[in-house]
Amino acid sequence: MQTVTFITRRAVHSIFVLLGLSIVIFTISRVIPGDPARVAAGARAPEWVVDNLREQMHLNDSLPVQYGFWLSNALQGDFGMSLVTRRDVSQDIREFFPATFELALYAGVIMAVLGITLGAVSARHKDKWIDNVVRVISYMGVVTPSFVFAIIFLLIFGFALGWLPTIGRLSEGMTPPPTVTGIYTIDALLAGDLATFWDALQHIILPAMALAMGSMAQQARITRSSMADNLTKDYIGAARALGVPEWTIMSKFLLKPSLIPTISILGLDFAGTMANAFLVELIFNWPGISRYGINAMLRKDLNAIAAVILVLGVVFIVVNIIVDIVVAQLDPRIRMAAGRSG
Amino acid sequence: MAEQAKTLDATAINLETWKKLERRSRRENLGRSWYKFTRNPLSVVGLVTVGLIVFLAVFAPYVTPYPEHAGPFTDFANAKQPPSLEYFFGTDTIGRDVFTRTIFGFRFSLTMGLIVLTLVVPPGVLLGLLAGYFHGTWIDTVVMRVTDIFLAVPPLILALAIAAMLKPNLLNSMMAVSLMWWPWYTRLVYGLATQLRNEYFVKSAETMGASKSHILFKEILPNCVSPIFTKMSLDMGWVILIGSSLSFVGLGVQPPKPGLGTMVAQGARHLPDLWWISVFPALGIVVIVLGFNLLGDGLRDLFAAEEV
Amino acid sequence: MTGQPLLEIKDLRVNYKVYGGLLEVIAGVNFVVYPGERVGLVGETGCGKTSTMKAILRILPMPPAQIAGGEIYFKGQDILKMSHNQLYKVRGNGISMIFQDPTAALNPVFTVGQQMEAVLKNALFDGKKLGKRQIKSDALQALKEVSLADPERLLKSYPVQLSGGMRQRVCIAMALSTQPEMLIADEPGTSLDVTIQDQVLRLLHNLVLEKNTSVILITHTLGVVRETTDRVYVMYAGNMVESAPTKQLFDRPSHPYTQGLMEAVPRLTGGGVAEGIPGRIPDYLSPPTGCRFHPRCPHVMDICRQQKPPAYQIDDGHQVACFLYDSKEGSRK
Repeated sequence: MQTVTFITRRAVHSIFVLLGLSIVIFTISRVIPGDPARVAAGARAPEWVVDNLREQMHLNDSLPVQYGFWLSNALQGDFGMSLVTRRDVSQDIREFFPATFELALYAGVIMAVLGITLGAVSARHKDKWIDNVVRVISYMGVVTPSFVFAIIFLLIFGFALGWLPTIGRLSEGMTPPPTVTGIYTIDALLAGDLATFWDALQHIILPAMALAMGSMAQQARITRSSMADNLTKDYIGAARALGVPEWTIMSKFLLKPSLIPTISILGLDFAGTMANAFLVELIFNWPGISRYGINAMLRKDLNAIAAVILVLGVVFIVVNIIVDIVVAQLDPRIRMAAGRSG
Repeated sequence: MAEQAKTLDATAINLETWKKLERRSRRENLGRSWYKFTRNPLSVVGLVTVGLIVFLAVFAPYVTPYPEHAGPFTDFANAKQPPSLEYFFGTDTIGRDVFTRTIFGFRFSLTMGLIVLTLVVPPGVLLGLLAGYFHGTWIDTVVMRVTDIFLAVPPLILALAIAAMLKPNLLNSMMAVSLMWWPWYTRLVYGLATQLRNEYFVKSAETMGASKSHILFKEILPNCVSPIFTKMSLDMGWVILIGSSLSFVGLGVQPPKPGLGTMVAQGARHLPDLWWISVFPALGIVVIVLGFNLLGDGLRDLFAAEEV
Repeated sequence: MTGQPLLEIKDLRVNYKVYGGLLEVIAGVNFVVYPGERVGLVGETGCGKTSTMKAILRILPMPPAQIAGGEIYFKGQDILKMSHNQLYKVRGNGISMIFQDPTAALNPVFTVGQQMEAVLKNALFDGKKLGKRQIKSDALQALKEVSLADPERLLKSYPVQLSGGMRQRVCIAMALSTQPEMLIADEPGTSLDVTIQDQVLRLLHNLVLEKNTSVILITHTLGVVRETTDRVYVMYAGNMVESAPTKQLFDRPSHPYTQGLMEAVPRLTGGGVAEGIPGRIPDYLSPPTGCRFHPRCPHVMDICRQQKPPAYQIDDGHQVACFLYDSKEGSRK
C-alpha cells in the first residue's frame, strides 16, 4: 500500500518535471534563430512551399500554441520529421532505442555485479595487497572518461589482439534476429539462433565494458567504503560479541546495510548510462539513440533533439523511481519514515 | 576607578598576547594540516600533479618544443610521424606536434574548470545558505524545488542540448555544464546550513541582534568552507572530464584549437594506424582528472580527520 | 570470595596506534569476577572501561588497537590465546555483552527476529546446537522474560519501529537468550530517559538474580553501583585504582580519586555543595609518569610522580593502588 502511494506521488512529480523539461527544450528550440520551415523544405524549394510548410508547422502561431500542438502530437507518438534522416522521428527512435538499451543493460549488469563484488572483496581484505590493487584499478576507472576506455579496448582487444570485433552490432553478412524486443542477444536466443546470439554478444562486450568501467569503479569504491564504515559500527561488534560467526556477519549483516548507498548510486549511474552511451557509440559505430541524439544536436535537428531528450528523460525518471523503491525495500528506516510522514 | 583602570589594562595586554597566540596557533594548525596531508603519499602525488599541470599550462609557450603548432600551422612533410625523439608524441595528420598541443590542451582543460566553478559556486552556495538558514520558509521550498527540477534531468543531456542550441564553443559548453552543476553546491550547503543554524554560536549571534547577512556570511559560511573547498577540487576533475567529453563530441573546444577531447576525436578516425594522435591527449585527460581527484581526496581526508 | 574465579584479567595492556604515536589506553589492569558475583566497574568517560570489556571478548578494532600484554582467563583458559573456534564458544555462550547504545547495537535493516535467530543459531546448550523451532521458542521466551509485550509481533519488527526502552530490552533479551555464565552490561540505560533507565536496571537486577549469572556492570553513576553490585572496581585512566566490596567502598573510600568521586555526588540531605575533581583526564599519548592520577591528587607525594603504585591490601577484599597506603611511604595506615 505504501509502495503504491509512493509510486503515484513520484509519478505525478515526474510528470511535472517532464512537462517543465519539455517546455524548456521546446522554448529553446524555437528561440534559436533560423527557419525550421526553410530547412525542412530545402534550400531550393520555392517561397510558397516554404510558406505553406510554415503554416502547417504552426510556426506563425504564438509559442504556447505551438507548444500545445507539439505536445499533443508527441503524446500520440508523433514527434515530427527528422531533418537528418528525413523520416518520422518516432521511427528513428523505434529503430535506435533498443540498441542503446541493450548496451545499457549489459553495462548495468557489469557495473552491478563486478562493481559490488570487487568492492566487497576489497573491504574484506582491507589494506592487504588485493585491496590495494582493486583500489588502484577503481581509481583509474573513475578518472578515465568512457571514450578513452573505448579507444583503449578497441586498440588492445580489437586490433592488437584481434579477439573481438570493433564495429556495429553484428558482423558483415549476419542478419538481425526477428524483432521481439529489439535486443539482438535476447531476440536471437528467443529465436533459437545461437550463431547470431554469439555474434551479437561478441559485438557488445567491448562497448558495454567501456561504458561500464567508470561506474563499476565507482561502485567498487562506494561498496568498499560503505562496508569499511559499517565494519566499525556497534551492531557488528554486538553481533560478534554474541557469538555470531564471522562469515554470517560478513555476508549478511554487513552486506545488506552496506548495499544501500551503493544501490542508490548504481541506479543513478544506470539511469545516466543510456544518455552517456554516445561516447562509446561513436567509437564503436553503434547505431544507438544516444548517437542519434548527438547527431541531431550537432545538426540542429530540432524535432529529433526534443524527442530524444524527452524519451531519455522518461527512462531516467522511471529508473530513478524503481531505484527508490528498491532502496526503500532494503532499508526499513526509509519505509517507516515514508509511511509515518504520509 | 583604579579597579576599572586595572581591568582595562589587563584586557589590553591580553588582547595583544591573544592576537600573537592566534597567529602562532594558526601557523601551528597550518603546519599540522600540512603534516597530516603529507602522511598520505597519494595526496602529495595529487598536489604535485596538479601543480605540474598548472605550471605547464601557464608556461606552455616556453616549455614546449614547438609552440607554433598550437595555432594554425601545417607541415605535411612531417605529418603522421609516430612518436620519436624529435616529436615525443608524434605528429598528427597535418604535421603538428602532438606533445606540444597536449600541453597547450591543458590550458583549455583548466579554463573549463575555472569557468564552471566561477559560474557555479557563488550562486550555488548562496542559494544553499539562504535555503538552509531559512529552512521551512517559502525561500527553502522554492529554492529546493528548483534544485530538484534541475537534478531530475539526466545531467549530460541538458548540458548537451543547451550546448548544441548555442554556437558550439568552449564558453557556451561550459555555461551549459554550469547550468546542471550548480544544484550540487546548493544541496551541499543546504545540508550544512540546516544543521549549523541550530548551533549555539548561531543562536547567540541571533540573540545579540546580528544582521542576517552577518550570520550567513560570518557565522555559517566559514564553517562550510572545508566541504565546499574539497568539492571544488574534486569538481575540477569532473568538469574537465565532462568538458573533454563534450569536446570529443564536437561541442567544446573547436578544431583547430588543441583541446584534449577535440584531439582525441580527430585522432579517432585514424585508429589504429595513427594511434598516437588520440592516445596521448587521452592520457593527458586521465592525468589531469587523476591529479585533481587525488588532491581532492587528500583534502577530504584532511578535513575529515580534523573534524574528530 | 572463595572458589575459582570465573574471569581473571592479569596485567592487561592495550595500545591504540594513532597519528602521533601510541595511546596507552589500558596500562596494566587486574580484574577478577567470581561465579554468581555482581561486579561494578566505575570510572569517568574515557578511562578505558569499555575497552577493557571489549578486550575480554576480543572485539576491539584490531587495526588501531593492539594487545600489548597480559592475560584474560575465563574458566581457566586464556582468551587472548584461544583459537577462533574456542573463542566462538565463549562469545555468547560463556560471556554475553549489552552495549551502551541499544539503537546502535541493533542492525537497522534486519528484524529483531532475524538478529535473535542469528545469535541463537550459534549458541550451544550442553554442547549442542538448537533446531529451528527451538530457536524460535527460545527467542520468544527471552523476549517475554524482559517483559516485552506481544513478542510474536516483535520478532517481525525492525529496530526503527521500537522505542528506546524496548530496544534496550531486546538487547538484554538477546544477550541472555544464550544463557551465558557472565553478562557484561556497558552502561545500560544511559542513553535513555532516567525513569526508563531505572526500569531497565531493575529488570537486569531481577533477571540476574534468577539465573545466577555473573555480571560486570559498567557505569559512571555511583548510586547505581551502590544498589546493584556486590563488589566494585574503580578505574582511572587505564588503571584500576581501587576495588572493594560495595559497602566497604562507600563506607571507606580510600583512593583519593574515589574520594573525589564520592564528594562530587550531590546529596539531598546534609547540605553542602558538591565539589568536582579539578583537572582533566590525562593525554594517553604522553600520560603522566608514575601514578596517572598524581596531577590531580590533593595528597600527591614525590614518589607518586616517579613510580606506579602497586595494589595495597588494606582490608578483606579491599585493595587500593596508592602510595598513601604503603607502610613505608604513606602517611596513613
